[in-house]
Amino acid sequence: MSSYEYRRYPYRRPAELDGRSERRPVVIVGAGIAGPTLALALAARGLPVVLLDDDDSVSFGSRSICQARHSLETWDRFGVARRMVEKGITWEQGEVYLGDKPIYHFNLAPEPGHKFPAFVNLQQYYVEEYLYDRCLSEPLIECRFRNKVVGVRPGLQSVEVEVETPDGSYTLDAEWLVACDGVRSAVRHLLELPFPGEVFHDQFLIADIRFTSELPKERRFWFYPPFHPTNSVLLHRQADNVLRVDFQLGRDADPEEEKKPENVDRRLRQMFGPTASWEHEWTSVYTFTCRMMERFVQGRVIFAGDAAHVVSPFGARGGNAAVADVDNLAWKLARVLAGQSPPPLLDSYCNERRAAARENILNSTRSTDFITPKFPASRAFRDAALALARDFPFARALVNSGRLSVPTAQLGSPLDTPETDADWTGGPGPGRAMVDAPVGNGGDDFLVDRLGLGFTVLCFAERAGDLPALPAGVAGLMVAPPGAPLPGWTVLCDRDGLLRQRYDARPGTTYLIRPDRYVAARWRTPDGAALASALRRATATG
Amino acid sequence: MTDAISGALRRSLSLARPDDIYNAIVDAHRDLDDEQCRAFDARLILLLANHVGDEAVIREALVAARDPSRGGAE
Repeated sequence: MSSYEYRRYPYRRPAELDGRSERRPVVIVGAGIAGPTLALALAARGLPVVLLDDDDSVSFGSRSICQARHSLETWDRFGVARRMVEKGITWEQGEVYLGDKPIYHFNLAPEPGHKFPAFVNLQQYYVEEYLYDRCLSEPLIECRFRNKVVGVRPGLQSVEVEVETPDGSYTLDAEWLVACDGVRSAVRHLLELPFPGEVFHDQFLIADIRFTSELPKERRFWFYPPFHPTNSVLLHRQADNVLRVDFQLGRDADPEEEKKPENVDRRLRQMFGPTASWEHEWTSVYTFTCRMMERFVQGRVIFAGDAAHVVSPFGARGGNAAVADVDNLAWKLARVLAGQSPPPLLDSYCNERRAAARENILNSTRSTDFITPKFPASRAFRDAALALARDFPFARALVNSGRLSVPTAQLGSPLDTPETDADWTGGPGPGRAMVDAPVGNGGDDFLVDRLGLGFTVLCFAERAGDLPALPAGVAGLMVAPPGAPLPGWTVLCDRDGLLRQRYDARPGTTYLIRPDRYVAARWRTPDGAALASALRRATATG
Repeated sequence: MTDAISGALRRSLSLARPDDIYNAIVDAHRDLDDEQCRAFDARLILLLANHVGDEAVIREALVAARDPSRGGAE
């Protein structure tokens, strides 16, 4: 049925079955999107990782398809993003229809000057395949397919993990266990941890089809289209000429009936007309939940991605939040394991990513309520916004077919140093993600390329005397005209002025950027002592 | 009186010809069935809310309209 060829990844008999065992610094459960990304982020910091998965193939079905800029920037650090962009469909625009009339057009990237587009659509199986390929070529990562976690015994300094394989069971001793094992997390179930939240009863039909006619690149969303007049439909293009068509079915639909190929074809025929032809790639009827664990860090067991929080699909906030989770976690875990920061640094992972999960759940619940109104007045207001949208621009802002994933704000984190200068009019403040911009003389050199795996100081000082003292281990980026190199600092060229504009910069403006590309502090005047103090705070070493 | 301490929402008359506006609103609902009335009111509320543009005013109006002593649900 699918044009994608699902490879089997090799199972190898683990050494523990033959009596060899050693304590592992990090064991990751689950090779979906979060697990391999975390493995790569830890290996890049020199840590050996064991990655367990109960299966030996990538995700079945295209599932999470919209890969956001911030995720691509993360994957780019491991050399995987370019491949994803080349294979996937770059898109930045979308159209919303009421009936057969367009009422609202949006552009997610109105200004140029970023290394990556707002979104690349790529089926989850390709994302996982490229991540696996990279993990398998990384000597520090041991991928253990068909290794199923069946027991977890948390201790004070370590966790014992009981693993089942085709050759029998063994025990792994881990300093830290990270559960990236999805919405039905085995680790969460084994520890009997609650996963509170809200259940939604509306049903949706995904029909992924391979299409031969000309395909739209933009996202299209219909309320009450003529070909499906009672509900909504989403259309999105993926790699290999695959289209994602997502039909809202309502609460009372019979999922077994809806999944039958003849019934799916009938809906598609109404949508695409008598001459179109297609082949089925993947069909699924789904409902969804919004849930979040109360604590993402439970002693030596850490939860990330869907295992820790889950949202509706509207807005592409599942897979992208999972990548942001492990990007946030990796540097902290590496510092704790190296003894550079105390374990409470990891509490900030829970604080920050719970704040992000709350924002994602809020946004996705609002989209869900707009798309599937829950009571008559809710439907009346939804329809009122739609009816006004074509003629009244303000109402277009109310039409919510999914608020698409942007890096969430992590405001109020204990790691951030609050601003003291009152005259900021733009740029990312503490708790916000950095913004990319061109930094070279050519067109192919971007700020994201200049951020390493540690902390970075970005200073808009034009004279050497303005530069603050760089704390140990921190990279310095200085924005200056070409030809003014300074020892210890890398000079960036802000040819188009976009860097100054995006960072609301004046001479002296200084940013401290964390390893996960979030801003920890910023000042109008560079000050070595303030910088050192903000760095201590951001690493919980103060 | 259960009125909250008033803030942003104007409580005194600001319409020059109150009878005319009141009757214009009522008349606009004439010949509409209940469902059409609800749809009409929803469009009207969104149009006026956007014109008001002041979140504090709108939130105070929501509370005032919802007050049980004026017929809002307990």
